[in-house]
Amino acid sequence: MKDILDDIDRWRAAGRRVAVARVVNIEGSGPRDPGAAMAVSEDGEVAGSVSGGCVEGAVVGEALGILNGDGNPKLVKFGYSDDEAFAVGLTCGGIIHLFIEPLTW
Amino acid sequence: MLYEVLRDRIRSSEPVVLATIIDGPGTGNRLLVWPGTDALGTLGNAEIDRIVGRDALGELEAGNTLVRHYGPNGETTPEDLLNTPTLSVFIESFAPPPQMWIFGAVDFTAALSKVGKILGYRVTVCDAREVFATKRRFPAADEVRVTWPGPMFAESGSTLGPRDAVCILTHDAKFDVPAVQGALATKVGYIGVMGSRKTHGKRLERLADVGVTAPEDLARLMSPIGLDLGARTPEETAVAICAEIIALRTGRKPPSLRDSSGPIHS
Repeated sequence: MKDILDDIDRWRAAGRRVAVARVVNIEGSGPRDPGAAMAVSEDGEVAGSVSGGCVEGAVVGEALGILNGDGNPKLVKFGYSDDEAFAVGLTCGGIIHLFIEPLTW
Repeated sequence: MLYEVLRDRIRSSEPVVLATIIDGPGTGNRLLVWPGTDALGTLGNAEIDRIVGRDALGELEAGNTLVRHYGPNGETTPEDLLNTPTLSVFIESFAPPPQMWIFGAVDFTAALSKVGKILGYRVTVCDAREVFATKRRFPAADEVRVTWPGPMFAESGSTLGPRDAVCILTHDAKFDVPAVQGALATKVGYIGVMGSRKTHGKRLERLADVGVTAPEDLARLMSPIGLDLGARTPEETAVAICAEIIALRTGRKPPSLRDSSGPIHS
């Protein structure tokens, strides 16, 4: 979280809306521990990471979907056993649970 | 408002824990907690705030980040959770960085303070010799203290815990012995002492002279210091020391990943 604070400050100072994705749980092998965080600005800028680069692209899509949609937070799962695995699976075979929310608090 | 408080506490390395409902009724509600004051925000009602707040402080103390499950009023026992919606609460601890104390202002210290910083330690270098213990020689260190181990441990030894490391690189009995004594009196997780096997043998004699003979104490000393990587330079030695610190904390006996089996994360 610490590594994304400066970017969040900068975006918010410029009046841009921000969503934050945090790793909340890992099943099996996962590249980043719970607490790893990534922020996405409404114009698609990114800070931080939640995996070894495997799912970040998909997380940007989810985050923008929340900012441009109903704004409700969302629990998202990425992993080998997922239907989406072939699109955005983790190369290490684990399952990663992310909580993605707009930073409105 | 809550975010700003969280941000400022993270930036100033003050402990804080954030509890967020990530699944179930009230998803997105949050509670921000730190020791010695009332919590900010709410998860939904005073009862769940009280129970999760208490649990969150415990997790903060242990430095844990994890998901816990509750009933809508903080119920945790299985009977109370029958026929009631379950809330998943993500408890995220922001604990101050672990500490690394390095005794002895030598070349190995400069390299170790750099690698320690990369791993996220708050690094303090300590040596009694004013001409050597300077911030200019150890720019990576957070703090350089000109003092003896005794006063250093007396003043701040109680802040050391299982996540922290003490590395004694002095090679000098009049400095090593009080540093080892001081470290053994704390709960520090790692105590590494530099020197050859021969030097360590002599050090054990001097420690015995001052009454340090308990096998459980001596078993805490990692000496010669570091993993057997064949390290030669100060930088390589620093990596060997830090690798040993990680392995001791995780309880691994490090072979190469190639030569073992099973998941690489656990």
